[in-house]
Amino acid sequence: MTAELLATDPPATSAPALGVEDVTVQLGGRTVLDHVTFSVRAGEFTGLIGSNGAGKTTLFRVILGLQQPLAGHVGVGGGGRARGDIGYVPQKFLLDPDMPLRGRDLIGLGLDGHRLGIPLPSRARRARVEEMVEAVDASGFADARVGQLSGGEQQRILIAHALISRPSLLLLDEPLANLDLRSAQEVVQLLSRIASEQQIAVLISAHEMNPLLPVMDRIVYLADGRAASGPVEEVVRSEVLSKLYGHHVDVLRVHGRVIVVAGTGHDEHTVPELAADGPGAVEIVE
Amino acid sequence: MLRAIVEPGFWGSSAVQLAAAVGAVTAIVAGCVGVFTVIRSQSFAGEALGDLGAAGGSSAYLAGIPSLWGFLGVDVAAAGVMELIGIQRARGRDLATGIVLGAGFGLAALFLYLGTIYNNTTGVTVTVLFGSPFTLTPSVLPLVAAFGALALGAIVVLYRPLLLVSVSPELAAARRLPVRLIGALYLFAMALAVALSAVTIGAILSTALLVGPAATALQLTRRPGRAILVAGLIGVGAMWLGVLLAYDSYYWSSSHHGWPVTFFVVTLVLLAYIAARARPARGRAR
Repeated sequence: MTAELLATDPPATSAPALGVEDVTVQLGGRTVLDHVTFSVRAGEFTGLIGSNGAGKTTLFRVILGLQQPLAGHVGVGGGGRARGDIGYVPQKFLLDPDMPLRGRDLIGLGLDGHRLGIPLPSRARRARVEEMVEAVDASGFADARVGQLSGGEQQRILIAHALISRPSLLLLDEPLANLDLRSAQEVVQLLSRIASEQQIAVLISAHEMNPLLPVMDRIVYLADGRAASGPVEEVVRSEVLSKLYGHHVDVLRVHGRVIVVAGTGHDEHTVPELAADGPGAVEIVE
Repeated sequence: MLRAIVEPGFWGSSAVQLAAAVGAVTAIVAGCVGVFTVIRSQSFAGEALGDLGAAGGSSAYLAGIPSLWGFLGVDVAAAGVMELIGIQRARGRDLATGIVLGAGFGLAALFLYLGTIYNNTTGVTVTVLFGSPFTLTPSVLPLVAAFGALALGAIVVLYRPLLLVSVSPELAAARRLPVRLIGALYLFAMALAVALSAVTIGAILSTALLVGPAATALQLTRRPGRAILVAGLIGVGAMWLGVLLAYDSYYWSSSHHGWPVTFFVVTLVLLAYIAARARPARGRAR
């Protein structure tokens, strides 16, 4: 039944940067991911959208190899997965303001943090770090303590940390969650630019799709552990999302924003995980 | 002029030389290990090791072997138990931990009482709990050097992964680093550092040398490598000055009762921390 939910993926011309095939995960007897299938190609910006508890973080853990799926398969970079093949920006990043670590130190750890021993000063390493500092527009604060930076500045440093090992896939877990609107827009623009310039596949999770709409090439919509994926206009439709949720859901487009509304009209059911996020039965993806 | 500061016989005294040598090794190890203790918010675990170590040091006295062996044995065993039951990040409000630590001190009280009765050595209590570097025997120096080198070697080898794990376990796990193993190895290095500190400045105050110089260094530099160097220097400075002042204090009053080294060391560490904190905010970013 899940297969029907999938909007048609255009046939892949080359091996996808990320292929998730029929992945099922159970945690404590509960099915967290239910036959999830989608793929992401190099240079594409994909949004992984779902409310809290929809399984976004679990999906990332499966992709990172930290969670073994009950069934299914994940392929990264078209073949065997190597360290550094996936750049990852975790959801919560709280550092003590006194932590003796500059932004550029954290970026450097993205290059060789897994190696033993003390890093030897090298011109090549310094140049590579400086290149990443400039790539994320962090020159103004790369020498300050990471713990004293604003949320948006920390995101930029973390993105540089994730990208310095030249991964083919960049995963970001709710990077916009604690950012003000302007910082969120800047981070989204930066990621979009990086995806196309460096031909990296970007998969970014969010509980709200609107900030991503201007740059999102494709969407993976998660609800109740099930996924629908494809171009935004094909997935974010009443028929597709109603089927995904198992309830009637309306999709409204207002001034270029998308609002998903549950439980109106003939169907009085509210979608629990949606209603939990917003006032009453309205609001939802927003 | 030097005569005015340094009382006669200071440089020629073998007890002073030994105290200075053991103290320096201890301070370097404690500073290096301690920076990570502070970064990882594990000073509570350090305190627990110090408290339990008191039982080890006092039982060694009772058995007639050097107290270093007692400190080492109990601290390493305690680190193993803490790793197994996972309390290394527990806070002071953890009641069960408090009771276990209380029992450790209870054992120390018993051993010290028995030691006083059977060996007729009333100085044991002060030596175990508060340290007495002037009463060390020369045979302890090679032991301190060997275990100090072991702890330092562990930190040098683990430096980059340990730093990444301490900054963010999520980032480290995404790079396939064995987060738990690195934490366990670090805990053993910390057990060695606490045991060495206990020999010099006593079991109760051993964490002062571990955490104090490190916390001060964190105020003075924003680079992790420099923080380690600065912490070691502050520790050695406090230790040597403490040894000098304790030696001098013998001549301060006509009754010729010297003050304990530990008092001076801990006071100097505290003063250094206050001075570092009191620096203007702009300077602190350096």
